Amino acid sequence: MEFAVSQILSGISLGGQYALIAIGYTMVYGILRLINFAHGDVFMIAGIMMIYMATTLPLYIAIPAMIICTVLLGFLIERAAYKPLRAAPRMSVMISAIGVSYLLQNLALYITGGQPKTYPRIPWISDTVTIFGARTYVVTLVTPFLVIALVVALTLLINHTKIGIAMRAVSKDFETSQLMGVKINTVISVTFIIGSFLAAVGSVLYFTNYPTVVPMSGAMPGLKAFVAAVFGGIGSIPGAVIGAFIIGICETLIKGTDYAIFSDAFTFALLIVILVAKPTGIFGEKTTDKV
Amino acid sequence: MSETILEINDLRVSYGGIEAVKGITLDVHKGKIVTLIGSNGAGKSTTLKAVAGLVKPQSGSIKFKGQELIGLSPDKIVKSGVVLVPEGRRVFPNLTVKENLKMGAYLRKDDLTEDFEYVYSLFPRLKEREWQLAGTLSGGEQQMLAVGRALMSKPELIMMDEPSLGLAPIVVKDIFKIIRTINEAGITVLLIEQNAFMALQNADWAYVLETGTIKTQREGLELLDDETIQEAYLGKTRE
Repeated sequence: MEFAVSQILSGISLGGQYALIAIGYTMVYGILRLINFAHGDVFMIAGIMMIYMATTLPLYIAIPAMIICTVLLGFLIERAAYKPLRAAPRMSVMISAIGVSYLLQNLALYITGGQPKTYPRIPWISDTVTIFGARTYVVTLVTPFLVIALVVALTLLINHTKIGIAMRAVSKDFETSQLMGVKINTVISVTFIIGSFLAAVGSVLYFTNYPTVVPMSGAMPGLKAFVAAVFGGIGSIPGAVIGAFIIGICETLIKGTDYAIFSDAFTFALLIVILVAKPTGIFGEKTTDKV
Repeated sequence: MSETILEINDLRVSYGGIEAVKGITLDVHKGKIVTLIGSNGAGKSTTLKAVAGLVKPQSGSIKFKGQELIGLSPDKIVKSGVVLVPEGRRVFPNLTVKENLKMGAYLRKDDLTEDFEYVYSLFPRLKEREWQLAGTLSGGEQQMLAVGRALMSKPELIMMDEPSLGLAPIVVKDIFKIIRTINEAGITVLLIEQNAFMALQNADWAYVLETGTIKTQREGLELLDDETIQEAYLGKTRE
């Protein structure tokens, strides 16, 4: 019983962390029709930056500073690697994204010298608590609530603010949005800023559970979040969130069985099944790509 | 004769090596309805897109109230008072009617209450469907929304690209009635039409485009009686 509770709690928590990354994938796809392969690595860089900043700065400064720098990184990546390719075929932009991904991994390798870096212990959220007899970290309990709060805030932004309406308009029709006076590049930048912000918050919640961060630390959670976004229906925010929770919970439950070794394989098998059976995912829009 | 609000001079636009507009010169007078007619590929849409800043011309000039528009970004052009109702309506299907109208007023920071009322008075149907997704509207309603959305930017010049395309004749009549109403409210109209008969009947001045150049220009009704125009664009069967 205690074991089951603790597994489910960490599953929900892991799902929430994936959700924060998956939103970045799905929003960028919604607007640019681009799978931003560098997104998982932005998440990893957020972890690395946190480590370096926490050595010199108090946490209450280091965390906001890390979030701001991650947002800036996401913004700069878009401006430098994707914006110049706006008129290029979609495949070129995707290759550029893969390039950025490797660049960030190698940058992290260069900076850390290949040494695993110890993630700072964040008081309170790293504490252990006992709930229903199961011992777990505070972060595990906090994550789902924080994720839900952020998703609600994001939904309000997209549904009720001017920039939110513009984002939805741009996701359907670049040219007509321009005719309304929308600056497409501003909307795209805002999308990357939101995605990077959520990834930065997610990195704190995620890496707190692990002792170290290495240059490859972003690859796996990034891929899982990507699968979650596809599973939910890429382009759909509620889809990405629900997909992420399902994957997080399933993975953690499998880890608790004798088949633990297959937990990653499950996620990728799910990707294949979804792509074959229902390529648009749970909430994906039908492909009505009108000219 | 009223003052010229839009002045296009020797405009040339190429798409990937093909010259779509080959030196067009035309004037639009303030408060008038001016139409460009011509067959497919004559360069009508490209001309309007160049005015709206969506395509970059090779050479020439486009002056709106004396200000050069070439080189300005589309948002600056909207802000200066020129708006384009694109071909095929292009309402945002995933936005409600009201949100579509809000998008039309994207650059405005003042109060929109009166503008909503004005648009809803022109198109009562839109008021009824305020909360409906634009993608669920009929073709005619979508066209009305596209026009209403353009009006929300408070334009001085409204350009319309084939507003009658794909609509039932009775709806086409409605649309032209609206165009006249808008014009009477003081907004200058530059209209592209394949439905040359309707366009010429309603226009103060008409230009005939053929393969990227202006072939002739005349008063709308006068052109309607021209035999060569009748043959080329109206079909001889007209009584």
